[in-house]
Amino acid sequence: MSTVAFFVLSLVKCLIVLFILLTAVAYIQLAERKIVGRMQSRVGPTRVGPFGLLQPAADAVKFILKEDVTPDGAHKFLYILAPILAVVLALLSITVIPIGGTVTVFGIQTALQLTDINVGLLLILGVTSLGVYGVVLAGWSSNSKYSLLGALRGGSQMISYELALGLALIGPIMLAGTLSLRGIVEAQAHLHWFIVPEIVAFFIYLTAAFAETNRIPFDLPEAEGELGAGYHTEYSAMKFAMFFLAEYVNMITVSCVATLVFLGGWMGPLFGPTWLHMVLPTVYFIVKVCFFLFLYIWVRGTLPRFRYDQLMAFGWKVLVPLALANVMVTSLVVALR
Amino acid sequence: MVPLSYYLALSAILFCLGVAGFIFKQDIITVFISIELMLNGVNLAFVAFSHALRQIDGNIFVFFVMVVAAAEAAVGLAIIIAVMRNRNTLDVDQMTKLRD
Amino acid sequence: MQLTLFLIFAVLAVAGAINLLIQRHPIYSALSLVAVMFALAVEYLILGAEFIAFIQVIVYAGAIMVLFVFVIMVLNAGEVAPAPKSRVAAWIGLPVLALFAILVIGQVYGAFGATQLGLGEYLVQTGPVGNSLFHDFLLPFEVTSVLFLVGVLGAVVLAARQDKAPKPAIAQAEAEEPKAMAAGQR
Repeated sequence: MSTVAFFVLSLVKCLIVLFILLTAVAYIQLAERKIVGRMQSRVGPTRVGPFGLLQPAADAVKFILKEDVTPDGAHKFLYILAPILAVVLALLSITVIPIGGTVTVFGIQTALQLTDINVGLLLILGVTSLGVYGVVLAGWSSNSKYSLLGALRGGSQMISYELALGLALIGPIMLAGTLSLRGIVEAQAHLHWFIVPEIVAFFIYLTAAFAETNRIPFDLPEAEGELGAGYHTEYSAMKFAMFFLAEYVNMITVSCVATLVFLGGWMGPLFGPTWLHMVLPTVYFIVKVCFFLFLYIWVRGTLPRFRYDQLMAFGWKVLVPLALANVMVTSLVVALR
Repeated sequence: MVPLSYYLALSAILFCLGVAGFIFKQDIITVFISIELMLNGVNLAFVAFSHALRQIDGNIFVFFVMVVAAAEAAVGLAIIIAVMRNRNTLDVDQMTKLRD
Repeated sequence: MQLTLFLIFAVLAVAGAINLLIQRHPIYSALSLVAVMFALAVEYLILGAEFIAFIQVIVYAGAIMVLFVFVIMVLNAGEVAPAPKSRVAAWIGLPVLALFAILVIGQVYGAFGATQLGLGEYLVQTGPVGNSLFHDFLLPFEVTSVLFLVGVLGAVVLAARQDKAPKPAIAQAEAEEPKAMAAGQR
């Protein structure tokens, strides 16, 4: 493949992924409002479009038209940088996520993935660890005590749970023997999903992922009852929309990683004609990711928020030791195998 | 193709800028940041030599430098917090309790 | 191609380092260093050290520098005015440093000017790094874990509040709250 063709193909893939991702974010948000509404005996948004299906478009218009406020005494450069950083980092990790096997479209064979690098999982962990900057800088540069408190909470929470998150992924990495996400999925062929031998790691990952994305029950950084809106209290209009977008893209990313690492990615029973063989893996993948996204919403409608000291104690005294023990047991099994 | 000397020159420049920051800055946190810059400059030289000599040891050394830098950052920042609590300043020129 | 990539990120790294020196506020210095680290991570990738490149991002940019930013936030560190003494130091010190850099670069050119490094000629994958780390460098690796333990203990001892009767954090926070409220009412 020539260099130009490669760049054109990559660009087309990027645009498609971006379009799908942004649409998905809009509709996950709608689904969340609908489902949480039903859980609380309400109906959720219904007015805009049939069944409220055009609500995301209305929200987008509202975000664009709102007045963009920069508070007095804010560190202006960082105040603008923080939401951009948050959204760019969130979008970055999508690049290494494979959503299916290899397909042939219009005679061009291409992998359903933007790029497959040897250290894909490390890239995702690295981007996750950088996500703290968005939260911390937003809170600090706003020059507001609620923002600062939210940022301090968010920063320490994300640093603490990042450890458990990384350690939980070590077990499956050892079983697969590679850091490439495609390699990890291919190691789980024939229904040898890593959730069975790594069930402990799976739950540690799930818990830590909720904390990393600042979702209930770990939404201390934006606890609306006590901190206004936490680290993004002072943000409005598109800057707020960027934080919002980053949060939902992060949710999709961690759901994708959970699917790829523990639930066998796009692996599943194949049947029917040839075209179905090409479509089914991606369908399996999307169904599994939707399961995790539903779990997010379900938990949001069910659980109350942790107290701050409980949160830290749970991370450091329960999750990290458990994850370390899991790493030790797994490495012993891998060594003896 | 890039000559090895380019990487080493970049490494030297970063190291010297780190030394400059270490010497000229008044603020104890920035002084500490400059130390990290020096370490980073040296790391680049390690990786470049690792590539040139086809030896993995350079990579391992960088790994250890990072580990030591992490431990150093934890202790150093704790010292900065203790200094701030006791002296209420971050200016290195005012930390003269041992002198006068 | 490789030279272009190298030059772009080399310029970025040097610009970040110079910005680190120019900025007065420590948080901008810290963020400049994060930019330098990013540029260096890309240089490592160009040199084929993929594991080290991502560890650079995770450990240096994602953990160590976050700690710096955090401490700057907690201490609410502001700008420190430069004393006149340091200007004298700059007039004498900068030329000396520049001379040192030029000497080093000259030496490096003489010794290694001929060695060329190609893109993708030598790729260090994660597996070999792990092998080397846990076979050839096992003892240093274990020693660093002791170092970490000592570091954690030292940090806790140094940064902990030196109260006469140490109370659990929650009890203390609860005890401070009425005081803070009273102070606010006054």
